[in-house]
Amino acid sequence: MTTRDPGLHESYLFNRDVIHEIQRAATEGIYDIRGSGAKRYLPHFDDLVFLGASMSRYPLEGYRERCDTHVVLGTRYAKKPIELKIPITVAGMSFGALSAQAKEALGRGASAVGTSTTTGDGGMTSEERLSSKLLVYQVLPSRYGMNPDDLRLADAIEIVLGQGAKPGGGGMLLGQKINARVAGMRDLPPNIDQRSACRHPDWTGPDDLEIKIRELREITDWEKPIYIKIGASRTYYDTLLAVKAGADVVVVDGMQGGTAATQNVFIEHVGIPTLAAVRQAVEALTELDMHRKVQLIVSGGIRSGADVAKALAMGADAVSVGVAALIALGDNAPALDAEYRQLGSAAGYYDDWQAGRDPAGITTQDDELAQRLDPIMGGRRLANYLRTLTMETQIIARACGKSHVHNLEPEDLAALTVEAAAMAGVPLAGTSWIPGRR
Amino acid sequence: MSTEQIFDLGQCTVRELNQALHDFNGHRAGPHFRVRNAQGDHALAVGIAAPLSVDIEGHVGYYCAGMNQHATVTIHGNAGTGLAENIMSGVVRVKGNASQAAAATGRGGLVVIEGDAAARCGISMKGVDIVVQGSVGHMSGFMAQRGRLVVCGNAGAALGDSLYEAEIYVRGTVADLGADCIEKELTAAQIVALNTLLEQAGVSAKAADFKRFGSARQLYHFNIDHADAY
Repeated sequence: MTTRDPGLHESYLFNRDVIHEIQRAATEGIYDIRGSGAKRYLPHFDDLVFLGASMSRYPLEGYRERCDTHVVLGTRYAKKPIELKIPITVAGMSFGALSAQAKEALGRGASAVGTSTTTGDGGMTSEERLSSKLLVYQVLPSRYGMNPDDLRLADAIEIVLGQGAKPGGGGMLLGQKINARVAGMRDLPPNIDQRSACRHPDWTGPDDLEIKIRELREITDWEKPIYIKIGASRTYYDTLLAVKAGADVVVVDGMQGGTAATQNVFIEHVGIPTLAAVRQAVEALTELDMHRKVQLIVSGGIRSGADVAKALAMGADAVSVGVAALIALGDNAPALDAEYRQLGSAAGYYDDWQAGRDPAGITTQDDELAQRLDPIMGGRRLANYLRTLTMETQIIARACGKSHVHNLEPEDLAALTVEAAAMAGVPLAGTSWIPGRR
Repeated sequence: MSTEQIFDLGQCTVRELNQALHDFNGHRAGPHFRVRNAQGDHALAVGIAAPLSVDIEGHVGYYCAGMNQHATVTIHGNAGTGLAENIMSGVVRVKGNASQAAAATGRGGLVVIEGDAAARCGISMKGVDIVVQGSVGHMSGFMAQRGRLVVCGNAGAALGDSLYEAEIYVRGTVADLGADCIEKELTAAQIVALNTLLEQAGVSAKAADFKRFGSARQLYHFNIDHADAY
């Protein structure tokens, strides 16, 4: 392995990072818990490129010829499907994990560009309902804050089976973030570590889930679209079962998806990359003749319009952003570097979102820190970011000759690596070869 | 307005029944509802948000009276999985037995099961009072947060596993206790409160005959020395 000091030969297996972690574990006696998503290299959308128009394809004129971006979600059963102006939504993040100011900022930013935001483990706050024109209400295993009045106030319902950062794992909110308001919403004492369940309390499999969905539809008079969110693992089969269970929308969260607090070993070693999950989900929907009838939302490592466009080209109807939305609000801002260093981190590295000491005022319940985030300014920053992603997506779509971003297709893509070609199911660039296919 | 509305599920749909009930959501009163031929249908009388009185004749399927607010729902039969799940207020009474996860995540109100309740009764309960005249199955009170689970018969294995601040009372035997659940003193004030609850539930039992179980609170903060308890 490359060494920083000539003459010293660092072990690949027991390199300095590994040695640091072993010694930390020996000292502290507990696994490392952190926020954000997988940090190691994984095959991703960067490993794909668009082919663009040339002799055999006709591009659209940038800024002159229209390239639509609207999306309708929940057309299968819901009386009132959600209509988004852009194919980018804000993923579920809880009040508790995030400050009330951050939740309000997310709502403001999403609403400004005509898209939805999502509650999280802990229920719906008045701030986020008021600031969000379109709000998706999560039904999680813990059912913290679960309330039929909020269910009726929601624009859609998302049943969470898992998230990409930890498929098969429950939630975690450490005691330092459990102030009186968070504790009250969750019906638990303040300041204790909250371990959210990993299994739903009142159903145990896809047949039960179908009945559960029917109950939620009955309670809300069949008005709301019902999403099922799965953490990417056995995505093909999970998507088949989600459709069978009656989902209007399937949300697939790849292993690059973020979390507020999870064991590092879980984040880095459980689940499959988003790239592979999208293809599996689309295959399942296509096989059932439900592609575009049951909509697909993809999340997990979406950063740019290029990522959005690639996910859509692979067959997604929309994407969700979580980590990127927090960064847009100001998470890991270089201006806060000195304060991050006081916490033993640095701007660009900070991931102790579980600790509640976030100098950006985002992943905290400390009133003084939370006051640092101006929800209006934060909302403006998020809106700017989402508009940028949308324009980037349109630039690529027009270059591929598409008058709607949903017209992007796998045929527009090529892979730069054999791994990406196999996972995404698109040819290796310059060839017609898709590994695993004739 | 008729004082009683009758819905025969052999003649109408669950949707029609629930819509008729929801039409009174937010009202201060409404007619008495009688539901005939329940036939094990799922999601009956869910999402009510009014002080209605509903009698259901026959056995019901999953999630009957789910998320109930203010209503009094009586089931003259047995109930399937998730009876009165996430109940907020009101009273749900089952004349027979209840399947698993009865009153799961309930946040208020009262659930009375005159027969037995299967596994995971009161799982993740968050403030509801549950009175079971018979026995409860394994893992009852799992991760129970607030409220009271009263078992007049016996409790199955792993009672109150990973318990938070809910109180569990058992008159009969307990197969074994789950992680972090311990027997606690039954105080005079708790006896008074429990007698009141039993009276509300229409159960003739004496609070002093019950044992009380609660959280040892050893799992509230992770401690590596307790790792074998997780």
